Amino acid sequence: MKRKRFIAGLLVVALTIGCLWLLQRLLVPKYQTGIVEGSMIEEYYKDESDHEVLFIGDCEVYENFSTITLWENYGITSYIRGSAQQLVWNSYYLLEDALRYETPKVVVFNVLALKYDEPQSEAYNRMSIDGMRWSQSKVDNIRASMMEDENFIDYVFPLLRYHSRWSELTEDDFRHIFSKDLVTHNGYYMRVDVKPQGEFPDPTPLADYTLGEKAMSYMQKMVDLCKEKGIELVLIKAPTEFPHWYDEWDIQVAEFAKKNDVEYINYIPLQDEIGLDMSKDTYDAGLHLNTSGAEKMADYFGAWLTENYDLTDYRSNEKYAAIWQEKVDFYNAMKEQQYYELETYGELKSFGANAIQ
Amino acid sequence: MDELLEILTDLHPDVDFETCDTLIDDKILDSFDIVSIIAEINDVFDVVIPAEEIIPENFNSAEALYDLIERLGDE
Amino acid sequence: MLFTSYEFIAFLVLVLVGYYIVPKKFQWPLLLVFSYVFYFLADPMYLLFILVTTISAYLVSIKMENINAEMSAYIAEHKAELSKDEKKAYKAKMKAGKWRWLLLCLFLNIGILSVTKYTNFVITNINNLFAGGGPLQLVDMIVPMGISFYTFQTMGYVIDVYRGKQEAQKNPFKLALFVSFFPQLVQGPISRYGDLAPTLFAEHKFDGKTVSFGLGRILWGYFKKLVIADRMLPAVTELVQNPDEYSGAFVFVAMLFYAFELYCDFTGGIDITIGIAETMGIRLAENFNLPYFSKNIKEYWNRWHITMGTWFTDYIFYPISVCGPMLKLSKWSRAHLGEVIGKRVPVYLSSFAVWLTTGIWHGAAWNFIVWGLMNFVVIMISQELEPLYARFHERFKVRGKMPYEVFQIIRTVLLMSAIRMFDCYRDVPLTFKMVGSMFTQWDFSAFTSGALMDIGLSGADYLVLLAGLIIVLGTSIYKARAGSLREALYQKPPFVYYGMMAALFLVIIVFGAYGVGYDSSQFIYNQF
Repeated sequence: MKRKRFIAGLLVVALTIGCLWLLQRLLVPKYQTGIVEGSMIEEYYKDESDHEVLFIGDCEVYENFSTITLWENYGITSYIRGSAQQLVWNSYYLLEDALRYETPKVVVFNVLALKYDEPQSEAYNRMSIDGMRWSQSKVDNIRASMMEDENFIDYVFPLLRYHSRWSELTEDDFRHIFSKDLVTHNGYYMRVDVKPQGEFPDPTPLADYTLGEKAMSYMQKMVDLCKEKGIELVLIKAPTEFPHWYDEWDIQVAEFAKKNDVEYINYIPLQDEIGLDMSKDTYDAGLHLNTSGAEKMADYFGAWLTENYDLTDYRSNEKYAAIWQEKVDFYNAMKEQQYYELETYGELKSFGANAIQ
Repeated sequence: MDELLEILTDLHPDVDFETCDTLIDDKILDSFDIVSIIAEINDVFDVVIPAEEIIPENFNSAEALYDLIERLGDE
Repeated sequence: MLFTSYEFIAFLVLVLVGYYIVPKKFQWPLLLVFSYVFYFLADPMYLLFILVTTISAYLVSIKMENINAEMSAYIAEHKAELSKDEKKAYKAKMKAGKWRWLLLCLFLNIGILSVTKYTNFVITNINNLFAGGGPLQLVDMIVPMGISFYTFQTMGYVIDVYRGKQEAQKNPFKLALFVSFFPQLVQGPISRYGDLAPTLFAEHKFDGKTVSFGLGRILWGYFKKLVIADRMLPAVTELVQNPDEYSGAFVFVAMLFYAFELYCDFTGGIDITIGIAETMGIRLAENFNLPYFSKNIKEYWNRWHITMGTWFTDYIFYPISVCGPMLKLSKWSRAHLGEVIGKRVPVYLSSFAVWLTTGIWHGAAWNFIVWGLMNFVVIMISQELEPLYARFHERFKVRGKMPYEVFQIIRTVLLMSAIRMFDCYRDVPLTFKMVGSMFTQWDFSAFTSGALMDIGLSGADYLVLLAGLIIVLGTSIYKARAGSLREALYQKPPFVYYGMMAALFLVIIVFGAYGVGYDSSQFIYNQF
């Protein structure tokens, strides 16, 4: 009798664990339509080929550089490990994580996030961290990112965080319980629609322009890590003008770059040279570039990369060409669909905010 | 003993105090009753029942209560 | 550490594992260590307070017992020579000695309790006497967690030793554990030393059934607390903190919600407490016995927060009502005011004192004092109406009939819930006004206008609450009719029994109101 009880107990425990696992799969957000940014970090692991150029940073990388253009025009293999409001420590640990799988020749980091020295929002933490595979980097990332009311265990068991989503489950949650579709193009988030840049509010003067200590120290760690691995680090400020990038910040980053002997390029003054027309090349009134802008930006940046670094043109490599042809097809198909929706409805229906269920 | 039964029956005419031995356990007497009983016992027997003697064992039956009164009267 | 925090769960696992792997004789010392760690983690300063209570109770109880021993020895030795009166005089003298020690201990501990809990209340009231702000500054007072509970529990022990009902505990560490036993530190139950000590200090072998009962009880507690109470709380808060917006029928809604919320919160917490003790083989006193099935207020108070009620009865009500002056008053009033009124005077006076202290004990605010006195008034009125009820029952033969009993139960619950609104509203006059508005501004559109969807509960929440209500009600009815549900489940095949527990666990995980509430609106689109 006792043994029977024991076995029944064991069986129930096993079943319970199974149920918990299933529930967790079901209840965590899938980020498949609408807010797809939450899928980005996870998607990186699905790309099995390696990359010579790796971008890290916030929306100013994943919306402003078309990886497909870099491939088509220069044969550069690249990946954007971007995520929404990715803070500097997020970027550092994501880089650390990526280096477990590959060693690119060039790492590009967008410096806008330096303006934040503290974790900003639990939701964005989640989107930058949940998709990571477990490693010391993830643990450290969580530790560096948690807001005051967050618990480490909520990251270990996301069910504890998302359990109350039971009342807002959508079709996506069931359809993608075990597998998810690609939503980006090697990390690039496509938007073909246009909303011309308008007037930005005047930048408010700040009490203190010094970039935060924590943020700067993580950028330093980035430099050190790249040096150790023999990777060239490039610091950039994307060409978009809002949120405002203060000159005082620019000077500090430039000084930092000089001291550490890394490149720093601020693209805001180079808009014309890149060929950007902010009445056509942005989809959200100037905050981010749309696809036509991102392609121009990638073309300009690719030329500079090829000129300054010893990158391989993989277009003649059959293996890579085959892999990338698929990506190009996917890119073109999505582009076509987006243009179709624009034409038919005057706006995007199944992408972006309109698609939020 | 008869005097005690009279006090009790006055309070609850419907209870047979001669046989019932679960006055507290079955919640027949509540705290208000107990206080009334103690006051009357004080009157009739000139015995003070202190608070520490208010335990179920002493109040569950008329007999137990009577024993208590005798014991306290002796001391 | 709240019961509902991850830290507490981790702490609990540690305690349980530790409890069953250490040699049996170290079980209770381990609990003492963990209890002090628990209290220390809340605030190291608290330890100071609990130490003062423990040490004073220890010393005084030993002292009083020594007096008892000395007295017995003296009387035994001089039995032959002492006359009855001499013996009486000697006893009185010794008793007076004990009494002084008891008083010292009570003054010290009740003093600490009063000063920490009520200083600011007194200051505020003094200030209110002066027009345009009073002269006194509020003080920054530390109120040790659970002080009301452990002080009462410990004073109960000291009084028992004084009364000779309880032998004093010679081992100070054992007494320390009795005072600080962590599961009951925060919200009771208020245990009696005589009940708790034998099981608290005993050695407990791991027993699958007991442990599973304990775990089941813990889960049931979390279910009531997390799935029901914590989900309802925002709605109750919204309703009672915006009295201008929510009057009339909304007060009724708030009243019912609060009745349900408080019940689930309090009984859930107690279930967790008793369940934790049970997993270690320790039996704590029950604190609730289906209070919302009471047919009158008196019965309600015998079934709600039982250990507090009996504490007040044994240590306040009886001592006051049978003390010398009260007996004299009783005699006098019966002689002068007539049998009918005279008999009531002592009972009413003692009850008044009990309910006043009960109110004050609940919190430092007039709301609680008025709440306590309202209970007093209602109980007295129903006491006075008893003959009338009796005649009514006689005449119509409704007693024991189901519909009438249901009516009695609903009446009692509503009445208690209405009085309880003093817990909720900002101050006493507002409470009267709001409860009154139920009768003067009743408007059924409160239920149809959709306003109830704007008080912090979504349709899904209501669904969960409804299901929760049905489950709680169902198990309560089962318990009232058939007895122990868990025993019945335990008799089922083990797979079913454990399966039920697992299901309860999953329900808590998914439907519990805990953690950073996921809210997709937080993900404002495209903000960097």
